[in-house]
Amino acid sequence: MVPVSYYLMLSGILFACGVVGFLIKRNIITIFMSIELMLNGVNLSFVAFAAHWQKLSGQVFVFFVMVVAAAEAAVGLAIIIAVFRTRETLNVDQVNLLKL
Amino acid sequence: MLHLVLFLVFGAICVAGAINLLAQTHPISSALSLVVVMASLAVEYLLLGAEFVAAVQVIVYAGAVMVLFVFVIMLLNAGAEERTKGSHVALVLGVPGVLAGGLLVAWTLLKRSDTGMVALGSLPGYPKTIGWLLFHEFLLPFEVTSILVLIAIMGAVVLANRPDVLPPPETKEN
Repeated sequence: MVPVSYYLMLSGILFACGVVGFLIKRNIITIFMSIELMLNGVNLSFVAFAAHWQKLSGQVFVFFVMVVAAAEAAVGLAIIIAVFRTRETLNVDQVNLLKL
Repeated sequence: MLHLVLFLVFGAICVAGAINLLAQTHPISSALSLVVVMASLAVEYLLLGAEFVAAVQVIVYAGAVMVLFVFVIMLLNAGAEERTKGSHVALVLGVPGVLAGGLLVAWTLLKRSDTGMVALGSLPGYPKTIGWLLFHEFLLPFEVTSILVLIAIMGAVVLANRPDVLPPPETKEN
């Protein structure tokens, strides 16, 4: 038997790691991976609460979050490719203009 | 007891992978750390009984999405990250804010002792039951999600399309 709060703490730690990575990383791909880390942390809390309330809706929601994350990864990586094609850099500090 | 040991071992692997993601400077190392995080999260899902979610986590996340990431890193020939002193505000305000938020969440969760315990695999999420829910109770969100994925496919194709691959527009030369 494990308390649900342990799972929620692990989920919170993962989410906090994702936020820190989003703030301190300068590579646009690593920033994108930090967002995936945050989504994974939230998914864990969904599954933990599903087990807590004995309702399967939480696990179905994890499925939806995964679909949205996959779509987001496809579009986001396409945007990264487009940015790299015009700027020749992946450093977000050098991508500070909307227009070339 | 077995549940607690497995939770602690794979939770430690998970957190170590997440911290390694932040510590590495090369994107490919960060991507491999993220694979470790996702694989150990799949074990945590299995401990909670979410078998279908664990399988999808490995197949979709650790498989498809991470292959996409690694493919883009290789395609763009991404080198090691350049450390710049770009966003000073993020370091000064963001990191303590995140730590304070995390401590607040942990303190609240530990103080509330009535969150209950979960047994090993207490809520089995078999593919059959998940599929039944998906096609009865959540049918409308499921269909809306399919439209979202369709739009995402079109958006990815349009965005990644090279403008000079398209035939050049007709220019009138007088």
